[in-house]
Amino acid sequence: MIEGLLLPGMDEDSEPFFGFTAAHELRVQCCSNCDSARMPPRPMCPNCQSLESVWELLSGSGTIWSYCVPHGPLLPAYSALAPFNLIIVEIPEHPAIRFCGNLVASPNGAINEIDHAGIRIGEPVQVVFPEPVDGVVLPRWQRQGATN
Amino acid sequence: MRDQTAIAGIGTTEFAKQIDRSERRLALEAIQAALLDAGIEPSEVDGLSCYSMESTEEIDIARNLGLGDLTWFSKVAYGGGAGCGVVGQAALAVASGQCSVAIAWRSRKRGGRGSRPWAGVSQRVQGDQQRWTRPYGMLRPVDEIAMLTTRYQHEFGATRDHLANVALAARRHANANPEALMFDRPMTREDYMAARWVSEPLCLFDNCLETDGACAVVITSAERARDLRQPAALIHSWAQSLPQQHQTMTNFFCQDPLRGPSWACAEKLWSLAEVKPDEVDVAQLYDAFSPLVLLSLEGYGFCERGEAGPFTEDGGIELGGRLPVNTSGGGMSEAYLHGFNLIIEAVRQVRGTSTNQVPEAEFSLVTSGDGVPTGALLLRSDR
Repeated sequence: MIEGLLLPGMDEDSEPFFGFTAAHELRVQCCSNCDSARMPPRPMCPNCQSLESVWELLSGSGTIWSYCVPHGPLLPAYSALAPFNLIIVEIPEHPAIRFCGNLVASPNGAINEIDHAGIRIGEPVQVVFPEPVDGVVLPRWQRQGATN
Repeated sequence: MRDQTAIAGIGTTEFAKQIDRSERRLALEAIQAALLDAGIEPSEVDGLSCYSMESTEEIDIARNLGLGDLTWFSKVAYGGGAGCGVVGQAALAVASGQCSVAIAWRSRKRGGRGSRPWAGVSQRVQGDQQRWTRPYGMLRPVDEIAMLTTRYQHEFGATRDHLANVALAARRHANANPEALMFDRPMTREDYMAARWVSEPLCLFDNCLETDGACAVVITSAERARDLRQPAALIHSWAQSLPQQHQTMTNFFCQDPLRGPSWACAEKLWSLAEVKPDEVDVAQLYDAFSPLVLLSLEGYGFCERGEAGPFTEDGGIELGGRLPVNTSGGGMSEAYLHGFNLIIEAVRQVRGTSTNQVPEAEFSLVTSGDGVPTGALLLRSDR
C-alpha cells in the first residue's frame, strides 16, 4: 500500500514542466512553428505536426472552472486529509488549457485548510509554489488578494 | 450492415457482492448460458470479442468451452467505454465474413486483479491520465465526474434532485427485477439526500454498485438468428467514438469538457440508422455515476443541451415516462459489470422479456460510458 501523497512520475515530455515549477514558473508547452499551446505536454503539435516546441511563461493567474470535494475512503495519506478540495483552473492566456490543483491558504498550506463551502466557480486565483517534495514542486493555487 | 447481424443469445451468472467462483469460471458459465439461449453449439463459435480489461483469456475460453477454430478475435480498450464496441466489432466481423458466430463477454470480480482500485498505483504516477491529476488527490473516477458535475450544475442549473431522479428511476426498476442486487431494497428521495458524500457534489447513491458476475452475448447473422430459438435482436446501427484531442478519463484539456465522447458517437450512430432519437422506445445509458446519464441524454439527442435535468422530472426516465432508462436497474441498482448487463437488458426489451417491459419496444438503445472513448448499439426487434 502507498504511504505518502502521490507524486508525478517524469518522462521526457513532462519533466520540463516540473523543472519550471521548481524554479517557481508556470509554463505551458507551445509549438515553435504555429504557437498552439498544448497540455499535457507531448512530442507533436496536433495543429501542424511540428516536433519543435518552446515553453511559454504564464502569468500564473487563473479562475476556478470547477471544484469538488473528495471524501474517504482514499489512499491513507489522502484519507487523513479528507474532505479536501480539488479545483480545475482556467487560465486567461489559453482557454482550452486547464490545470488540476488544490486551493490553499498559503503556498505550503494543507489541501484541506480552506472551508470548501466557500469555494465558487469563477473565483480568481494565483499559482503558488510549495516547498519541493522529493524534488518535485507541485503547483497549487491561492485566492487572488489573499496574503501569505 | 444495418439489420444484417443480430444478438441471438444472452447469458449471465447471478449478480452478487461476492461470488467465490473465479472470473474464468463465471465467464464460462455466462457464455454457456448464452449459447444455450441461442441454441448454438460451442463448436460453431469462430469469433471472440472482449474488453482489453478482461482478465479471462481467449485461449482459456476456447479450450474450456470446446469452441471451433477461431478465425477472428479482438479487444476494445477504455474500460466502461468498451462494451458496445465489443459487440459492434463482433457484428462487423460477422457481417464481413471474418467469422460466423461470435461471442462477446465480460466477467468481473471486485477482488479481481483488474478491479482493485489501487492495484496499479505507485508513489510516482505515470502516464498523462494520472500524472496531472492524481497527485492533487483526484484519485478515483468519481472525483473526475464530481468535478464535471459541479460545472454542469453551474452552467445549466441542474440540482441534486435531478441526480436523485436518475438514482431513484434505476432503483424502482431494480425493485421489479428479481436478478437485481437491489431488488428488495427500496429507496426514497430522503434516503438519497441523507446518504454520505463520496465526492461532493456526488453521494453514495450517485455511484454504481460493486458486483461480481459475468454476462455474454452471441452475435451472428440476422439470417441465421431468425432460425434460432429466440427472437432476433437486430443490430440496427452501432458506433464508437474517440473524439479529436480526447484525453481520458475526463478531458479537461479542451474547449468544452461537458461535451463528452457521446456526442461524436451519437452523430455516427444516427447517421447509420433509419430512425432519430424520438423514435427510440427504451434506452440503457451507461451509469457508473448518475451525471453520466444526464450527459448521455443530451449527447444522444434526447433533449437539448442542459435540459437533461428537467427531462428526468415527473418520472421522465421511468417506465411509462418520456424515455424509460436503465429498465433493469442499470449499473446503479442491478449490477455493475462495466455496462455489459445494460446490453443484456437492451436485448430483453426488443425480445419483450424485460421485468420492466416497454410495450412493443422496437428500437432499444444501449450506450457505453461517456467521459471515456465510447460506443453505442441501437437494437431493433425483428417484427
